[in-house]
Amino acid sequence: MNRKAALMTLVLACAAATAVAGPLDKTECIAPAKPGGGFDLTCKLAQSSLMQGKFVADPMRITYMPGGIGAVAYNAIVAQRPAEANTIVAFSGGSLLNLAQGKFGRYNENDVHWLAAVGSDFGAIIVAEGSPLKSMKDLVAAVKADPTKVVFGAGGTVGSQDWMKAALTARSAGLNPKSMRFVAFEGGGEAITALQGGHVQVYSGDASEAEQQMKAGAKIRVLAVMSDKRLEGSLAGVPTAKEQGFDIEWPIIRGFYVGPKVSDADYKVWADTFSKMMATPEFNKLRVERGLFPFAKTGPELDAYVKARVAYYRTLAKDFGLNVAVAK
Amino acid sequence: MDTLQFLLGGFAVALTPQNLMVAATGAFIGTIVGMLPGLGPINGVAILMPLAFALKLPPETALILLAAVYMGCEYGGRISSILLNVPGDAGAIMTALDGHPMAKNGLAGVALSISAWSSFIGALIATVGIVLFAPLLARWALAFGPAEYFALMCFAFACITGLMGDAPVKAALAAVIGLSLSTVGLDSNSGVYRFTGGDVHLSDGIQFIVVVIGVFSVSEILLMLEQHRSSAGLIHISGRKLFNLKEMAFTWWCTLRSSVVGFVVGVLPGAGATIASAMTYSMEKRLAGPDGHFGDGDIRGVAAPEAANNASAAGSFVPMLTLGVPGSGTTAVMVGALSLYNITPGPALFTQNPTLVWGLIASLFIANVMLLVINIPMVGVFTKVLRLPNWALAPGILAVSAVGVFSVHATTFDLMLMSGLGMVGYLLRKQGMPMAPLILGFVLGDLMEQNLRRALSITNGELGILVESPISIGLWIGAVAMVVVPPLMRLRAHRMQAADAA
Repeated sequence: MNRKAALMTLVLACAAATAVAGPLDKTECIAPAKPGGGFDLTCKLAQSSLMQGKFVADPMRITYMPGGIGAVAYNAIVAQRPAEANTIVAFSGGSLLNLAQGKFGRYNENDVHWLAAVGSDFGAIIVAEGSPLKSMKDLVAAVKADPTKVVFGAGGTVGSQDWMKAALTARSAGLNPKSMRFVAFEGGGEAITALQGGHVQVYSGDASEAEQQMKAGAKIRVLAVMSDKRLEGSLAGVPTAKEQGFDIEWPIIRGFYVGPKVSDADYKVWADTFSKMMATPEFNKLRVERGLFPFAKTGPELDAYVKARVAYYRTLAKDFGLNVAVAK
Repeated sequence: MDTLQFLLGGFAVALTPQNLMVAATGAFIGTIVGMLPGLGPINGVAILMPLAFALKLPPETALILLAAVYMGCEYGGRISSILLNVPGDAGAIMTALDGHPMAKNGLAGVALSISAWSSFIGALIATVGIVLFAPLLARWALAFGPAEYFALMCFAFACITGLMGDAPVKAALAAVIGLSLSTVGLDSNSGVYRFTGGDVHLSDGIQFIVVVIGVFSVSEILLMLEQHRSSAGLIHISGRKLFNLKEMAFTWWCTLRSSVVGFVVGVLPGAGATIASAMTYSMEKRLAGPDGHFGDGDIRGVAAPEAANNASAAGSFVPMLTLGVPGSGTTAVMVGALSLYNITPGPALFTQNPTLVWGLIASLFIANVMLLVINIPMVGVFTKVLRLPNWALAPGILAVSAVGVFSVHATTFDLMLMSGLGMVGYLLRKQGMPMAPLILGFVLGDLMEQNLRRALSITNGELGILVESPISIGLWIGAVAMVVVPPLMRLRAHRMQAADAA
């Protein structure tokens, strides 16, 4: 109990000691998920590269605030902690997609300062190693022949990124996305297991996840990556969807935002720090270790990109008949 | 032969002084964390994971620490279940049902020692199971699709009917409340938010830990406060400290059976220690029939769930190590810990990183022996923590519970929800409604619903898929048997008795 109590006191003491001096003093990164997920990795990437490049004096503290792919953290920052200059919050393409569909409560993409994107993952079409499907064309032909024989698995719900990728694939082949067989699993791990077990035939997942799983020996094959050009590393041999005649791109960026009332000066300090940091080879090494592909944008450039992306997601959601949040 | 060589290599890793120290520390911390109501293995592992990383422990050492904490929690949970009637962690819910009555009857020492013993046997059997079956089970687990999972959940529910006890309507009602609570939040098929009232805090549903702590710990504190004059709560250990040979022989087969069931349930992703202990408890209750006095301090009611929850904890390493699919919430956190070290668990882990895998397996053996040693003679040390007076204990439990809840989501919303659920739980308990079916309904509800809908979205609504594979057929038969056979047996026993009397 004493040991526990000591730990708790420590945690509480840390929580109390925020908001002093400049934005890079006693920094905090909120990972809006449980420990271990993608948001955690994003925060850890910032933590280790900021420390390694000596951009901060104390190690960045990582706290967890799970809920709705970032919805809980988003609300907490906008409503309760809008002016904390030392706190950055991780976000992903999935957060933006939910934001576009009005799943972040009453706030929209204009309510925070988008700070920096540190890397990206890309969508991928994955099948089991022994699958007869060898290319996107095979896949589309198979779906057209008998949609009941090709079941799409996904790590998320209808309206999630994985669903969007499957729906885009169906649409680009001239099929009605609603006619496809779609099974939602909880997380990509479950979906890959179901793929190997033959319970689903296709998985519209992520490239880095597929890469890591294949390294770990999962019996799966990637048919296409949804990037503008071929990826580096072990997936270099996999053609893009575009190469195969399907105009689908699905980047999943990972980055950070800060609260709406953080001053422009503090925002600039953060953005400049991230720009400097991401130019170093050490950062690139850490990024590759975490399975992220290059994607560096900071400050206003990122802000514009995020807003364009949310607008695009909104159009997509509307096209596919999903709920859409109205931009203020 | 290869396996044996690998295992010896693993012991070489696990027996280095640093790793031994780490395992002992983990076992000790784990027992305390497991014992404190509200804090379970997830909290223990989640709190220590960043610490291990910050201390720059090598990956196998970090994993050994976390595994020892995990096993320790499964041991520790029983102490507060037995002495306080508050499960220390979710896996020990069932242990309270008979452990606490035993303690009230002056058999606290026996209950604690036999449960430590069966925990040891359960973990030992499951660890041997990991060594023998990990590669085989990897293939078997792949055969479990949504339809098979649905059948498994129905089987689990059928097993729970044995828990309904003397108030079946109240128990069924509790299960329904649990099921209803599980529907709150994001529907993982359609992506629609259900029953959230537009509040983002409910978007991921009600957290398991909030429900458990609310209905068990908060309502318990309220009950405690109500009877503040009596010295309710902790029972002092008196009389025999150790079980005797007769008791060991009496529980031997039940422990073995429960260990095997616990291991199998642990291996299945999603089903964990809570389900394993509930299944084996009701299984033993049914097997014992009218001979048993389950609920009033039957020693088998302590041995079975403890063997099962430890076996299931160890079993949950199998899918994590072989498939990268965590078998429990705690192993899910561990997968996260491995990813810190840039190691992705999966089928190739055994060949690519044998030091890590076999070091971990060997350390499970070692940590288990340590835990037995810690837990039988030193149980008095741990109970000192629990022997605090009510006025100190109640706020203490509340504080630790609140920290546990807060540490998961870091929002005050969960604390409010915990208090609300605690109030409701208190009222329900005052009406004599059992809380265990509520929790199980809550845990199983989501898995059952989602897997049914996944199965049906594969076939576009045709029900045939549910009875297609041999695994699901086997599970359905098992489920029907669990519901039908015991009443028939009872009926037959009655007839026999009647015939005898005539």
